[in-house]
Amino acid sequence: MDIRIEGLTKTYGAQRAVDAISFEVRPGEVLGFLGPNGAGKTTTMKMVCGLIAPDAGRIVVGGHDVLADPGAVRKRMGYLPESNPLYEDMPVLDFLRFVARLQGVPEEKITERIGEMVRACGLDAEKHKKIGQLSKGYRQRVGLAQAMVHDPEVLILDEPTTGLDPNQIVEIRALIKELGRAKTVIFSTHILPEVEAVCDRILIIDRGRIVADGDPASLRRQAQGREVVRACVEGGATEAVLAAIAALPGVEQVVPAGAELYDITCASTGRDVARALFALCAHWGWPITELRPLETRLEDIFRNLTLN
Amino acid sequence: MRTTWLIARKELAAFFDSLIAYILLTVFLGLSGFFTWWYGDDVFLRGQADLTAFFNIAYWTLFFFIPALTMRTLAEERKSGTLDLLLTKAVTDWQVVSGKFLACLTLIAVALACSLPWYASVAWLGEMDHGAVWCGYLALLLMSGAYVAIGVYASSLTNNQIVAFLTALVIGLFFHLLFQTAAGTFTGVVGTVLEQLGMGVHFDSMSRGVVDSRDLLYFFSLMVLALTLAEMNLSKRLVRNA
Repeated sequence: MDIRIEGLTKTYGAQRAVDAISFEVRPGEVLGFLGPNGAGKTTTMKMVCGLIAPDAGRIVVGGHDVLADPGAVRKRMGYLPESNPLYEDMPVLDFLRFVARLQGVPEEKITERIGEMVRACGLDAEKHKKIGQLSKGYRQRVGLAQAMVHDPEVLILDEPTTGLDPNQIVEIRALIKELGRAKTVIFSTHILPEVEAVCDRILIIDRGRIVADGDPASLRRQAQGREVVRACVEGGATEAVLAAIAALPGVEQVVPAGAELYDITCASTGRDVARALFALCAHWGWPITELRPLETRLEDIFRNLTLN
Repeated sequence: MRTTWLIARKELAAFFDSLIAYILLTVFLGLSGFFTWWYGDDVFLRGQADLTAFFNIAYWTLFFFIPALTMRTLAEERKSGTLDLLLTKAVTDWQVVSGKFLACLTLIAVALACSLPWYASVAWLGEMDHGAVWCGYLALLLMSGAYVAIGVYASSLTNNQIVAFLTALVIGLFFHLLFQTAAGTFTGVVGTVLEQLGMGVHFDSMSRGVVDSRDLLYFFSLMVLALTLAEMNLSKRLVRNA
């Protein structure tokens, strides 16, 4: 099921929480939703789930308008809210059974689906406990299990790995990635390496507007402009090495980046510059001990886009 | 209806898990039993085999108990955030509201059913008008339905349970006492309308054994109106701001 969002706007008082955003998510795509606190991520997710109405714009999930046909959308959608509210007085299994019944899972399949969710979310040891007795990590797993118990085609996960320990984070990321092959997944997070590990596509939102949209590699390219190569050239005086590299064809700029380290901005492709650099160093007898493209970190892209 | 009953069952289980149900049953039966059998205008003082004493005390006990029961229904869910969880499932706002209503009314029905041994005891003591007793029970149930609906509506207005309790009590007070009291100071149409708005005239009429369609219409109208207002309150989130 695809998700199509057109001109979505939501205003709280004088503040525009979401400002005319439009994007699409295709089936089998995991979309990472990034943004600083208060950027409008949760508001957007709540609107996609049909929990609140936008002031303007339209959300179409699998051909169904979220506001006009909420029943059809909700049955096919799983939602994990940011604060992960749960019925604390219910045992885990009873809660999952309650949600499965609400979501219309056929009675004969409920036990099987709950079993699958308990295994997938690692809840086996805690399944008979009341939710109120569980640790934060296990509560988060119950939240994930309830979102997926009816095998939805669309998953909206608002910070799903909050409160999990590193092992659990790896397991849940793997689970989301696995689910993303067949389902449409939107998930928000503050953990940037998580986005790179899980997402096919990143959407950065700031003050209610989309400021970046693309896969991690293309975002880096956009943010970086020219390709930068870092080389560690041993031997030779720094000035001599700098002058020799600067004279190479395809080199726009070269700056020292530490002891025997040089950052080379390429006017042509990094591969051409690397070849020329190899020939140069071989000629002068300067060993190259490191040569790698220098990538802009996602953190830097995020800061650049959201701090201005 | 299946979804409504699912929500009602979950709510009923929560009542029994959190001792609310046991406290309600114990205090309701204790209070109404005390005044029916032991104190004031009790069965023995009246010297008649009827349950008027029980119906009179239940009329007031339920008026105070029902807001205490209904105050948590939506207010607590809103405060804890579970209302968001529920409303993103394949349920309608009406199913949520009616599920909560059904759970509270079922608990009241259980409380009333627990008083049936008194009916049997009084029937054993003397000749009884069984029709009037069953009508009295029906009147209590319908009155409870109206107050439960008002309570659910009050609970839909806020995320604070105390505010929900007091709001339900104040709204209920108009129907329980104030309309009837005000009717005494007016004559003509205004007086009649105020009297008909009060709960007492309809409850008394039914508990005497007369099932009048106007009384039924009154109780059901109150239920539908309050539940519709509660549903509208929930649905506000889906209204686009201009």
